[in-house]
Amino acid sequence: MTPTRRRRLYLVLGILAGVSIAGALALNAFKRNVTFYFDPTAVSRGEVSPGQPFRLGGMVTEGSVRRAPGSLEVQFVVTDFNHQVPVSYTGVLPDLFREGTGVVAHGSLRADGTFVADEVLAKHDEKYMPPQVAKSLKRRHGESRTEAPAGSGATPASTPPAAEGS
Amino acid sequence: MTWTWFHRLGSPPHVFALARRLTPWLGWPAALLILGGLWGGLVLAPPDYQQGDGFRIIYVHAPSAWLSLMVYTSMAIAAAVGLIWRIKVAHAVAASCAPIGASFTLAALVTGALWGQPMWGTFWQWDPRLTSELILFFLYLGYMGLRAGIEDTQRADRASGVLAVVGVVNVPIIHYSVTWWNSLHQAPSVMRLARPTLPGSMLAPLLMMLLGFTLLFGALVLVRLRAEILARERTSGWIREAVGA
Amino acid sequence: MKEFLDMGGYAAFVWPSYAITLAVIALNVYWARRRLTQARAAARRRIAMHEEGA
Repeated sequence: MTPTRRRRLYLVLGILAGVSIAGALALNAFKRNVTFYFDPTAVSRGEVSPGQPFRLGGMVTEGSVRRAPGSLEVQFVVTDFNHQVPVSYTGVLPDLFREGTGVVAHGSLRADGTFVADEVLAKHDEKYMPPQVAKSLKRRHGESRTEAPAGSGATPASTPPAAEGS
Repeated sequence: MTWTWFHRLGSPPHVFALARRLTPWLGWPAALLILGGLWGGLVLAPPDYQQGDGFRIIYVHAPSAWLSLMVYTSMAIAAAVGLIWRIKVAHAVAASCAPIGASFTLAALVTGALWGQPMWGTFWQWDPRLTSELILFFLYLGYMGLRAGIEDTQRADRASGVLAVVGVVNVPIIHYSVTWWNSLHQAPSVMRLARPTLPGSMLAPLLMMLLGFTLLFGALVLVRLRAEILARERTSGWIREAVGA
Repeated sequence: MKEFLDMGGYAAFVWPSYAITLAVIALNVYWARRRLTQARAAARRRIAMHEEGA
């Protein structure tokens, strides 16, 4: 490789490295603003103050969904298997909202620690399978279909790990 | 180590002829794979236990998203080669990639929105994956805008080439966004180190579509490359034969 | 057939997705080929003008 070309190669690599570092630093500095949702552990650590709008993400605790008869108000608990946050929401829930699956809710904390949501989105994991496979897995592993995710950015698993193909 | 083949790739008439010969070998298999993938995805694959038949959007959304990233990476590599070795053909390749990549990025965003509405409950969120993919779309537009806005081909090559290289940082961000940060979009089902998270009956059509889209891109970029080469070569002798003048 | 078109209730999302993607594919093929045709024609014109001038 000629010296000129080597110089240009270093220039291109240098630009690439520079932009990567700048990008990494910026994203790290703006981490809080880049954060799409906070999990219950972050909430328990006081990373959000009451009244401040944010998104809460986690899994809907099994058996925690309560509906007030005659109104659209629903209460449930969001967990990351470390901490829990009670949620209150008035409105229509998304089709895929289920106990034991993931949610991302937008709203704010009330003084009593309840998260009052104005929007609830269902989050699903990356696993796809036919209904028969899901049913047989559920039978084999029992009623509880939740699985403790590791770390933040947790991918909620509504069924045990990927099934063998059919 | 003989670099002849590499240097020949810098010769416009050679590349032109090669592109012409290769195109059908990419185009026809692409068509077959895509048709097969459509059939497999819409008819043969079983519905998802959770998303029902709605999950079939994956067979157009995932390949489009894959192309948006793969094409940008190709564009950036071509631009880097053009910048470092000052090879015009490399810049021609990069220029050919851009409109293809931009259109499939748009397809990924739109099909993603159509998939998100029934499953998540929203067409759009500023989550890391969606936001960075949108930025990728703007990077493509920026690349094409720079090319269109700068008269002198050499300067256009250089400016847009630098943008392409700088923007490639976004590609790993898009892919890892769902792992590095809390996001609404789920983790990868196929592009991962572990086994794919789909059973064979659902995975096979997806792999066909992914490969089909990739070959389609190959054919498209070769056609555009020929046009690009013709536009750049003034009245060199070989052109006369190539265009039958 | 009706079940197929209904896509389990998701027809309004599945079919437009497929239509849009197939349109993007078709447009890409069309535009690429048109670009090549135009480039060929432009090259021929340039050659003709060049020969006239020479």
